[in-house]
Amino acid sequence: MTPHMLTRSLDRGATMFLAIVAACGILIPLSNLLLPAGSFFQVPTYLVALWGKYVCYAILALSIDLIWGYCGILSLGHGAFFALGGYAMGMYLMRQIGTRGVYGNPILPDFMVFLNYPKLPWYWHGFDMFWFAALMVLLVPGLLAFCFGWLAFRSRVTGVYLSIITQAMTYALLLAFFRNDFGFGGNNGLTDFKDILGFNVQAEGTRAALFMLSCLGLIVSFLICRAVVSSKLGKVLIAIRDAESRSRFFGYRVESYKLFVFTLSACMAGVAGALYVPQVGIINPSEFAPGNSIEAVIWVAVGGRGTLVGAALGAVVVNYAKTFFTSGVLAPYWLFMLGALFILVTLLLPKGIVGTFNAWRESSSEKRAAASAAAEGGITEPNMAE
Amino acid sequence: MNVMDTRATSAMLYLDGVHVSFDGFRAINNLSLALEPGEMRAIIGPNGAGKTTMMDIITGKTKPDVGVVLFDGVTDLTRLDETRIAELGIGRKFQKPTVFESQTVQDNLLLALNVDHSVRGTLFWRGSKAESERIDKVLETIRLTEARNRLAGSLSHGQKQWLEIGMLLAQDPKLLLVDEPVAGMTDVETHLTAELLKEINKTHTVMVVEHDMTFVRELGVKVTCLHEGTVLAEGSIDQVSSNERVIEVYLGR
Repeated sequence: MTPHMLTRSLDRGATMFLAIVAACGILIPLSNLLLPAGSFFQVPTYLVALWGKYVCYAILALSIDLIWGYCGILSLGHGAFFALGGYAMGMYLMRQIGTRGVYGNPILPDFMVFLNYPKLPWYWHGFDMFWFAALMVLLVPGLLAFCFGWLAFRSRVTGVYLSIITQAMTYALLLAFFRNDFGFGGNNGLTDFKDILGFNVQAEGTRAALFMLSCLGLIVSFLICRAVVSSKLGKVLIAIRDAESRSRFFGYRVESYKLFVFTLSACMAGVAGALYVPQVGIINPSEFAPGNSIEAVIWVAVGGRGTLVGAALGAVVVNYAKTFFTSGVLAPYWLFMLGALFILVTLLLPKGIVGTFNAWRESSSEKRAAASAAAEGGITEPNMAE
Repeated sequence: MNVMDTRATSAMLYLDGVHVSFDGFRAINNLSLALEPGEMRAIIGPNGAGKTTMMDIITGKTKPDVGVVLFDGVTDLTRLDETRIAELGIGRKFQKPTVFESQTVQDNLLLALNVDHSVRGTLFWRGSKAESERIDKVLETIRLTEARNRLAGSLSHGQKQWLEIGMLLAQDPKLLLVDEPVAGMTDVETHLTAELLKEINKTHTVMVVEHDMTFVRELGVKVTCLHEGTVLAEGSIDQVSSNERVIEVYLGR
């Protein structure tokens, strides 16, 4: 990223968003660690972990907004990339358990001992090293997205057909990861984590650090997205979204653009998953469930498609609502409420929260400009040429 | 083999014996046509004569069943896709004005400029003085300087038609294909469009498809009349419009 891309990408809304995320990223862990427990301003540890989860969801939402909001690619399988990043991190965490597992095997994780694995499968090698796992967090989702996108975009699969095959992709992975002989712990997934980089994952300090890192992840993802959408490439993406074949006739190779942005987005989703797993302490195949991916699309729609800030906000707002409603007497009705929310937003706020706010602010500033021009005695030209 | 060893023709665009059928319907039937460099040609013909299909073939949207389509005497267009053909220097204006509605007028022109269109090139793009000067010049030509910061979607129909022509100018192709540029325009706008196309023709080869006979007459160029996917008549507007067959199938008695 070059400096001019950075300065170009930061408007007032973006700067404000970054400031808020940075403030949360610093103040929440500090208050958790430094203030005495029970004090009014002390954020309890369970909330740090919960909000850390929201921040990871916000990164996932950003990655979806980048392709859906700006390039019109509606992926209903982005949860797959999130889960793959999560599994890569989970594999590292499993290898860190070492002899502290129930069976005390220094190499094999418990589930492999239980399922009579003679030795570590080849694809588990290297995951004892953090750098390798971190690389895989980016590489595995990125590579899958690249291959998937290369086939789909080159064959000009678009719109609802693309959505359906992304959905099929995540479902296929769900079924594969459920199998015990697939080598990822089957139904139970990966859990019982002990250490990350030598720090106890359960410790307050580690949780605070993970929260801070998640906020940093959100900031970096946001900056990357802003740099992409405010470059000329961003204009090309919007052109492809609005008039795909027109862009081809101007000499843009549409499939290359889609492939680039889809792969980038999958890598971001992978990072979100990798930050998520140590904070929730488990990764299992249910993360591949098609419903998860659809829910993530709803976050973006609620917050405002094509606004980035809205996607992150939508993820936090909807998940906060989910936590609130699923922990009370209303719990059985949450899915109905989520469905109703999606319908209401589509009907009443098609631009989402942030999109509607932006539209309102623009129209009111136009009115103000017109009013002040009229007050100065100038003739207000109607907004038409000729 | 996209490029032939020797230049097969002096024509900028050369179609010979082209056939296309869709589900048994012969949209283009043994079509042969040649455009000389620097020429402007008007294409007329009744609905379903194959005018738009012909443009689809030239721009790579549709592949012919058989036939030769040569650009600049050397390049076989039937083997290339839309992007590659656009890169070679063939621009197209659609029948229904197609601009990027949610972007500003000047961004529309920026997107059309024939500069590096690769992913890397656009990601690390920085505006240059030469680029913005070219955009200013095009804005002036299409009379949209005042509207440069407006969203293309908010323009009137006629202005959108002009913006799309402006985008072609920014693209600066060797050959321009213009499909019904004056559809839905007022008389004044039609007249101005004819002037604009004549101006463009000074530096570009142009093919115009149009129904409006006053407009075609005003262009004052060689006319080709298509019917059922083949050339029915070719010549000056007076010759073509007095042709018995043309009157029968198209102009009406």
